[in-house]
Amino acid sequence: MLEVRDLSMRFGGLLAVDQVSLDVGEREIVSIIGPNGAGKTTVFNCISGFYRPTGGKITFKGRPIQGKPDYKISRMGMVRTFQHVRLFSKMTVVENLLVAQHRHLNTNLFSGLVKTPDYRKREEKSLERAAYWLERVGLMEMANRDAGNLAYGQQRRLEIARCMVTEPNVLMLDEPAAGLNPNETRELNELIVSLKEDYCVSVLLIEHDMSLVMGISDRINVINQGRPLASGTPEEIRSNDDVIKAYLGEE
Amino acid sequence: MIAQNFRHALFCAFITLVISYPILGLNLEAQGISIKLTGAETQTYVGIALAVLIVFLFQLFRPAILGGLGRVKALNPLVDRQPMPQEKRIRFERVALVLIVLGAMFWPFIASRGAVDLATLVLIYIILGLGLNVVVGLAGLLDLGYVAFYAVGAYTFGLLSQYYGFSFWMSLPIGAVLAAAFGFVLGFPVLRLRGDYLAIVTLGFGEIIRILLNNLTDLTNGPDGIGGIPDPTLFGMEFGRRVKVEGNTSFHEVFNIPYDSTHKVIFLYLITLILAVFTLFIIRRLIRMPVGRSWEALREDEIAARSLGLSRTAVKLSAFTIGAFFAGFAGTIFASKQGFISPESFVFLESAIVLAIVVLGGMGSQLGVILAAIAVTILPELAREFSEYRMLVFGAAMVLMMVWRPQGLLPMTRVHINLKKQEAGVTDHA
Ligand SMILES: Nc1ncnc2c1ncn2[C@@H]1O[C@H](COP(=O)(O)OP(=O)(O)OP(=O)(O)O)[C@@H](O)[C@H]1O
Ligand SMILES: [Mg+2]
Repeated sequence: MLEVRDLSMRFGGLLAVDQVSLDVGEREIVSIIGPNGAGKTTVFNCISGFYRPTGGKITFKGRPIQGKPDYKISRMGMVRTFQHVRLFSKMTVVENLLVAQHRHLNTNLFSGLVKTPDYRKREEKSLERAAYWLERVGLMEMANRDAGNLAYGQQRRLEIARCMVTEPNVLMLDEPAAGLNPNETRELNELIVSLKEDYCVSVLLIEHDMSLVMGISDRINVINQGRPLASGTPEEIRSNDDVIKAYLGEE
Repeated sequence: MIAQNFRHALFCAFITLVISYPILGLNLEAQGISIKLTGAETQTYVGIALAVLIVFLFQLFRPAILGGLGRVKALNPLVDRQPMPQEKRIRFERVALVLIVLGAMFWPFIASRGAVDLATLVLIYIILGLGLNVVVGLAGLLDLGYVAFYAVGAYTFGLLSQYYGFSFWMSLPIGAVLAAAFGFVLGFPVLRLRGDYLAIVTLGFGEIIRILLNNLTDLTNGPDGIGGIPDPTLFGMEFGRRVKVEGNTSFHEVFNIPYDSTHKVIFLYLITLILAVFTLFIIRRLIRMPVGRSWEALREDEIAARSLGLSRTAVKLSAFTIGAFFAGFAGTIFASKQGFISPESFVFLESAIVLAIVVLGGMGSQLGVILAAIAVTILPELAREFSEYRMLVFGAAMVLMMVWRPQGLLPMTRVHINLKKQEAGVTDHA
């Protein structure tokens, strides 16, 4: 589904990402781990089109996407969350979900002004989808609250729901467990597994919480100082000497 | 600490002296071909000395004074009022809007001619405020050149009527569409700009349009402006004493009533009211539509909006275009109301007033914009006796507003959406 080959990203003199390759197949959970500043978020930014990579190839659904603008990549079915939650804080929770569904809606100005049947039908459908995902992440009671007033964990879940209403094929999560309590982390764990099992979504995950990563990943890519260090199944990573030395050993 | 304060105060006072003495205390007088330097009157020197003293004292006691200002905030009666619950606020806004529209409908039949005329102006500012609210309040794009689109609407009507004899009703859509086209064109160069940069470029654009109007003398008659712009007609009936355009009839003859010059004023008012309500309704719908939500999303977080597949280009352009459309609308009405337009009417101050309406009203809130438009247009008229201090009072009001209620008179109310409970089962998805 997603193939990254020899991805490089240079900021001036700093080579933040150096020849990183990874694959995400259908219904797979693939993780990227590495110490702080390793370049994980930069990899995300390159894949999702926020940065134009300085080298390498990215293929999504068989088509090259490097250098494409971010919103087009998102429309192709690959969406992401952010390390620091980015919600539309002054809009309500439902509105956050409706904004995300603009492609499912009838955006013709005239249809909207006179409320054509097609417009109504699609609006209805979007509200159903929003309600479904709010229920799914346990935010139904908050539907009409301002997104900015939610608790931190709720904001994280809303961000995932907002991605899911776009019905993506690949979901990219940047440290979704950061700042969550153990209970919330367990729920997140179940949610991610369910996204893969029940909704046929592939997940590309950046996470520092090792038990989460080891528990749910099909494959793990380790990067260190921008360079790929190892990749493989959780068992292989756990027993890899380089990884233990560079990363796990430090913790 | 105190010594440092003292030195700082002394320095500020010195700067005040250095700046104000040459500007106010010295005059250059032309005597024949030579220029002589003369001193000013003693009064001016006393003034300068006073100013220096005030600056010195203020800087010396600045912490205490600013602390006092902080307490002024506590005196604010609105400060710890609980915000109304959301549903109540939505109902309140709806009721208030209906009441205002109803009241506005009866206004011309109880008020004097001058008051109706003023109310027409208020309505024009309401249309402008609602339109700019789309750009600034909803899309979060600071536009300081909004008056340019107002000018485009007005001049479209002025020129079309002068050269081709177009009527008000023909020019109204043309003016609005042309203004929208200008909005679209301006949208392109400013797509990548944000905040201050955007403000400066739009400010420049507003000035360019005004300077063009001033200098394209062949077309626009330059500073002399365009006169003789016709009034709106009602099904081909004119409101003047005599019919000006062949084929039209006259209102007072058709209904066989004596001629009364207030008919015209009232008619224009009612047309403006209808157009203002139309504007209100259209923008109200837009806010609840995908396009309106995408404006707000872009204002809240551009990166997140893009990550969800919204194109920054499309969203910004649509906000600029639609905002400009309504400015063109207002411009056409304004031209018709005045009967005469010149670049003088489209100076930066107009943009500033409309922006003040949006900010005072509470970014995004339609009821707020309407109330602010009423206040901003009527208060200066009421305070005519103090006309010299009008701008001062206006400025003071703005400052107090920013201190006490930075979110504006009435912050925007969110739409309440009732969701039907969905089975959170897995099967009905996909
Ligand atoms: N826009 C940028 N300009 C310059 N340098 C950048 C930019 N973005 C990231 N970097 C640098 O690239 C390196 C990798 O940063 P990145 O955010 O990708 O790390 P990370 O692996 O996500 O770390 P963390 O675990 O702390 O989130 C850092 O040294 C960072 O300073
Ligand atoms: Mg990161």
